[in-house]
Amino acid sequence: MAAPNPIVEFRAVRKRYGVGPLVLDGLDLALAAADFASFIGPSGCGKSTVLKLVSGLSPRTEGEVRVAGTTPRQARDRQAFIFQDATLLPWLTTQHNVELPLKLRGDPAPLRLAKAWEMLALVGLEKIGGYYPRQLSGGMKMRVSIARALTMAPQLLLLDEPFGALDEMTRNRLNEELLDLRAQSPFTAMFVTHSVAEAVFLSNRIFVMSANPGRFHAEVRVDFAYPRRAMLREQPEFQAKVNEVSRLLHQVEEVAPV
Amino acid sequence: MKKIPAWLLWLLPAISGLIFVALWYGIRAASGLQSWILPTPVEIMQAAWTERSRLWYAAGQTAWGALGGFVLAGGLGFLLSVVLGVSRSLRASLYPWLLVLQMTPVIVLTPIIVLWAGPGLPGIITVTWLISFFPIVVNMTQGLVSTDQNHVALFRMCNAGRFQEMLWLRVPAAMPYYLAGLRIAATLAPIGAIFGEYMVGNSSGGSGGLGFLVYSYNTQIKIPALFATALTSCLLGFIFVAAVSLLNWAVLHKWHDSFEPADH
Repeated sequence: MAAPNPIVEFRAVRKRYGVGPLVLDGLDLALAAADFASFIGPSGCGKSTVLKLVSGLSPRTEGEVRVAGTTPRQARDRQAFIFQDATLLPWLTTQHNVELPLKLRGDPAPLRLAKAWEMLALVGLEKIGGYYPRQLSGGMKMRVSIARALTMAPQLLLLDEPFGALDEMTRNRLNEELLDLRAQSPFTAMFVTHSVAEAVFLSNRIFVMSANPGRFHAEVRVDFAYPRRAMLREQPEFQAKVNEVSRLLHQVEEVAPV
Repeated sequence: MKKIPAWLLWLLPAISGLIFVALWYGIRAASGLQSWILPTPVEIMQAAWTERSRLWYAAGQTAWGALGGFVLAGGLGFLLSVVLGVSRSLRASLYPWLLVLQMTPVIVLTPIIVLWAGPGLPGIITVTWLISFFPIVVNMTQGLVSTDQNHVALFRMCNAGRFQEMLWLRVPAAMPYYLAGLRIAATLAPIGAIFGEYMVGNSSGGSGGLGFLVYSYNTQIKIPALFATALTSCLLGFIFVAAVSLLNWAVLHKWHDSFEPADH
């Protein structure tokens, strides 16, 4: 588990919100730059909280969280967050939504425009730059959200159940696209999901979490080589991995009270 | 919601209006009330026609007072809301006093307003502003603090400053609320101006607005003309509301869910 220069490192991390009960307890983690790590577990296991700690949106209570050798907040310009809903600003066109991080950074307009079109082309949406978010389907919105995150060329991408609200076909296609994008401009990924198949398809490391308080119950390595193609899902090895993770998930769900 | 066809949107209020007028005539006939207590709609229209030049001139005068107070309320309401939206402690320190100001009857304040702002148009504008700016501030402030938490997190992840967050996130997100406040204010502004003319304007001989006509017709017991004045102020209010509706459409129709998206 020890990586030489971990991009994300947790040491004995505990987290509680205010005076509430412990949400996370005794987390140790070290992610290498090449890792695509998924976090899976029953609801309330604190997997989204893990991402909040890494992004600095919420502070740890005890222990240490290091991102790219520094604090989460200082490392913010190296990370991007993709939320469960696409969180596009409804009053901005697709193109202006993609530009937003650059605008907030203070980049000049021509540069932003060029970058926005480049990113929209990357996710195959260059034709809809002038559309408003409500004119887009769920899958398109999520692609715009990914394009927006990638404008900053992040080293670390945090994804909090980004495809949870999509139908299975769209979700599978976006999984493949996400891996393609990662092949073009590499980033470390931390991916929260409820779908075992999604986690197995995307990740090289899967962390199965137990709840109350959230702990890492087990880590599963997924050694299928990248690039991974859609047909991987039909291989018996893939199915075996899905079964292995599902079994672990059943273990923690039996322990969890809810 | 089920969609109502456009022609029905015009027909339905026309029908209810006709029923209302019929009821009016029925009550008048059944009660035996005289014209100077309950004039019929026709008598009101006749009075409006006879008094048309005075009503027209007075409506113009009132429109200036209403417009001045409304613009002041819209502008200052916006700024004050942004100040209130900036921090919780500012909100806590100012909001109760805002309520106190709103709960003080304007009629109590009128002598002070005349004393400070002066009689005539400045006083009328001040009264209009006082009456119409509270709903703007309440709505807009609510909008500024109701921003989607994920959007706020997105801005934090982009290292956006407070000023950027206010300008590019909270203010645009609050626009539907602000416009709802403006719409209420638009109905209040002509009322405020007429009240202001009645209370403030007359003390200096009056500026000749609708409020002055109310005073003058009342003392002359010209009741149909009084009804005609009420009708005129309604029309003025409609113009204000229509203007805000247009603004509302211009700002929101492209992106807000209260408007149907264009087909493509």
